[in-house]
Amino acid sequence: MAALTDLGIAAIRDGVRDGAFTAREVAEQFVARVAAARPLNAFITETPEHALAAADAADKARAAGTLAPLSGVPIGMKDLFCTAGVRSTAASAMLGDFVPPYESTVSEKLWAAGAGMLGKLNLDQFAMGSSNETSAFGNVVSPWRRNDGGNAALTPGGSSGGSAAAVAARLCPAATGTDTGGSIRQPAAFTGISGIKPTYGRCSRWGIVAFASSLDQAGAMARDVRDCALMLQAMSGFDPKDATSLDLPVPDWEAGLSADLRGKRVGIPREYRVDDMPAEIDALWRQGAAWLKDAGAEVVEVSLPHTRYALPAYYIVAPAEASSNLARYDGVRYGLRDLPEGAGLQDMYAATRAAGFGAEVKRRILIGTYVLSAGFYDAYYTQAQKIRALIARDFEQAWASCDLLLTPTAPSAAFALGERSADPIAMYLNDVFTVPSSLAGLPAMSVPGGLDGQGLPLGLQLIGRPLDEQTVLNAGLAIEARAGFGERPSDWW
Amino acid sequence: MTTSSYRIQGATGEWEVVIGLEVHAQITSNAKLFSGAATAFGAEPNTQVSLVDAAMPGMLPVPNRECIRQAVRTGMAIEAEINRWSRFDRKNYFYADLPQGYQISQLYHPLVGEGSIAIEPAEGEEKVVGIERIHVEQDAGKLMHDQHPTRSYVDLNRSGVALMEIVSRPDMRSPAEAGAYVRKLRSILRYVGSCDGNMEEGSMRADVNVSVRRPGEEFGTRTETKNVNSVRFVMAAIEHEARRQVDVLESGGRIVQETRLFDPDRGETRSMRSKEDAHDYRYFPDPDLLPLELDEAFIAECRASLPELPDTKRARYRDVLGITAYNAAVLTAEVETARWFERLLAACGDRVTPKAASNWVISDLFGALHRIGKDIDASPVGPEQGAELLALVADGTLSGTLAKQVFEIMLETGDDPAKIVAERGMKQTSDTGAIDAVIADVLTANADKVAQYRDGKEALFGFFVGQTMKAMAGKANPQVVNAQLKKALG
Repeated sequence: MAALTDLGIAAIRDGVRDGAFTAREVAEQFVARVAAARPLNAFITETPEHALAAADAADKARAAGTLAPLSGVPIGMKDLFCTAGVRSTAASAMLGDFVPPYESTVSEKLWAAGAGMLGKLNLDQFAMGSSNETSAFGNVVSPWRRNDGGNAALTPGGSSGGSAAAVAARLCPAATGTDTGGSIRQPAAFTGISGIKPTYGRCSRWGIVAFASSLDQAGAMARDVRDCALMLQAMSGFDPKDATSLDLPVPDWEAGLSADLRGKRVGIPREYRVDDMPAEIDALWRQGAAWLKDAGAEVVEVSLPHTRYALPAYYIVAPAEASSNLARYDGVRYGLRDLPEGAGLQDMYAATRAAGFGAEVKRRILIGTYVLSAGFYDAYYTQAQKIRALIARDFEQAWASCDLLLTPTAPSAAFALGERSADPIAMYLNDVFTVPSSLAGLPAMSVPGGLDGQGLPLGLQLIGRPLDEQTVLNAGLAIEARAGFGERPSDWW
Repeated sequence: MTTSSYRIQGATGEWEVVIGLEVHAQITSNAKLFSGAATAFGAEPNTQVSLVDAAMPGMLPVPNRECIRQAVRTGMAIEAEINRWSRFDRKNYFYADLPQGYQISQLYHPLVGEGSIAIEPAEGEEKVVGIERIHVEQDAGKLMHDQHPTRSYVDLNRSGVALMEIVSRPDMRSPAEAGAYVRKLRSILRYVGSCDGNMEEGSMRADVNVSVRRPGEEFGTRTETKNVNSVRFVMAAIEHEARRQVDVLESGGRIVQETRLFDPDRGETRSMRSKEDAHDYRYFPDPDLLPLELDEAFIAECRASLPELPDTKRARYRDVLGITAYNAAVLTAEVETARWFERLLAACGDRVTPKAASNWVISDLFGALHRIGKDIDASPVGPEQGAELLALVADGTLSGTLAKQVFEIMLETGDDPAKIVAERGMKQTSDTGAIDAVIADVLTANADKVAQYRDGKEALFGFFVGQTMKAMAGKANPQVVNAQLKKALG
């Protein structure tokens, strides 16, 4: 029998249900594999007891005939979700010892669906970063390596880098992620897995450490499209505790899965054809279009004219919100407090925030503070909001001629750790394809399309109409079936 | 608008004071503006705090419908524009009593737009004060500096409590007008039930904007005196601040736009924060909250639930019930008084005129309450008992004098008037036989005065009445006594 850790959510669920193995056996194998993969630094906190308890509950539920949708499935939880009684750090020194007395809505829903938690996954600090190098707990190392024989440590992407690395390395069958400007999709692409960010408002933000409230959205990361659908289904749903949560029923996305795209029109946005795009990525993009055509879709070229302004607008709006959202970390009530001898309140603020925030977080707080200040607000924040409205309108107009969009997920494959950390702009450019759909709050997904010449995964992004996760998932399924992406990193660690 | 004649006499001539008020009124609600935490006053520190109020990581605000409803009803009570679309903004600054590091408020798109309030200052003419806006916002917590020799403690009970900020136009021209405005606003809020108006407990406090100018000239530079918590202090702060500004200007100085504090012990304002340390609040729309959109059903419910307001009620008392203008004003100034009075009227039915009832409330009841130091809500005599007493006067059972005695006994014992009359035999008598007998005795005992009366000293008639009443222990019907005396004296 193959290792149980090679199984995805659906296979584990079905196996537990059919008695092929017990949930306990599944959890034990994953717990052991997590422990053996510590060199990847994917987990900040391991919680084997949580996974094993959920597994035992699942085995009891099976005996009682009360299995829930994710009974017996041990997952990884991005450490941006607050989990009751379990340290929740946002990969920061500020919350390095913070143990919340409450459970985020999304994690609560997953536990209610029968899932267990293997641990809290590493990420870029406060979800700010695209390489996982801003984590106060050290960066995650991607399980993937280039095929050049060198052992350069690669980034798993970010900010959900721990989630991506853990799923790719078979440390968990699925993980939660959060996506503000591409934080689920880019790491999914870098690590050869699938990841979906639903429509803004599908998943409650309650209990997720906030980065940029108008953009933050939880989502699912797994090894295939079906598992993403299953996971997302369990995470979604109206939450009266989040005023931006959508009060709509959650469709049965798994039941609606179909790779038959007849009658669907796929838009190829011409503005995403950026100048220095690697030929391999361009080729994969064309291949993706051909696969969707093969699945019955019609492929049309569309225009999203304001695309080039999306990245600058995002790097105004997101830091502006972050500068305000992170003001609560002041050393007064919880988290880190640095109170120098004889210090007053202002000194305590300064010392605490100097010690508790990393360089990238400080950079974004400063940018955000600047763009909101008197005299600059209109030139930056107001302009950025206008661009945001124009970008949303671009998409609305595109929906007149297509049902979904196909683009590359990222402009490159995974890069080496340290390669871009000195140049924040080069780092921000990673998000060029993922940011526009975030600004518009649209559902978007990355699925693996193939490997580049260095043997590293490349992803394709599908962007859908508001609330139309189903079409996004179905197109993902069509690509998955045709790409036949079966590669996995070797267990070198 | 009429012009006030209030002037400050400076060394160089007359100055006019210009006043605008920003009143913060705590919205009456069981829960805070964006969390379910309770809002009881005087609770142990940090016992009325939810995870949201403490700004724990990942916590989110959700607007409390009741708080919005109360602010909308308040807007309707001052005949203001109700904005169907409004939005919450964040006001960013660091302070230990502000857990989020920002206050959720409404800068750009307030819930309530322009309205007005009619005021009648004690000295001066009736005038209308414009209201610029009402917006809703969160209150902050409170620092406690008296718990430890070197440390400050934070109490978050008030953190997140809903406030309405009611911003007036700079339409007031004297301390008296400002005082009348605060009193009238408080009265309206209490009628509506959107704020208890309790200034001692901090449920209502005012930021006072004051500037001075030569009459008729452009507005001068204003200062803002923060958190003044009584009508008296508002008036004192204006008086002092206007005088200070005149002194500064007349000695060649300049008024600095600044935030000031009122010190009630010394009756003066002093600088708290100058413009140089002014915060840049970096207001921006709160991304955790969607814009607030009110539907017609909600608006209609708010309107339907409004009570009769003081101005309307006062006019009705005067014009429909025939109550004197003075009595109507007094009875409608406070919602509790009006409520008590209307219960009294209801219990009186047709037996007593509203005018008679109003006179009794204002002279007898208020006098008694003042003497025993009780509010009308705590009156030992209820409106139903009051109505019974008035009915006994109206049907001739009790004379005015007897009624006062019965009322005193009611205040002491809480007994019903009918019971008191029956048990103590306090019923007024109109029995001419009994009265004539007493009169005969009185006239016999005062034969000399009878002679004087008959010689033309008619003023003595009152003496005979008094003697007769006294002899009958006040129980005689005064009209009958008068009539019988006239007969007896020929």
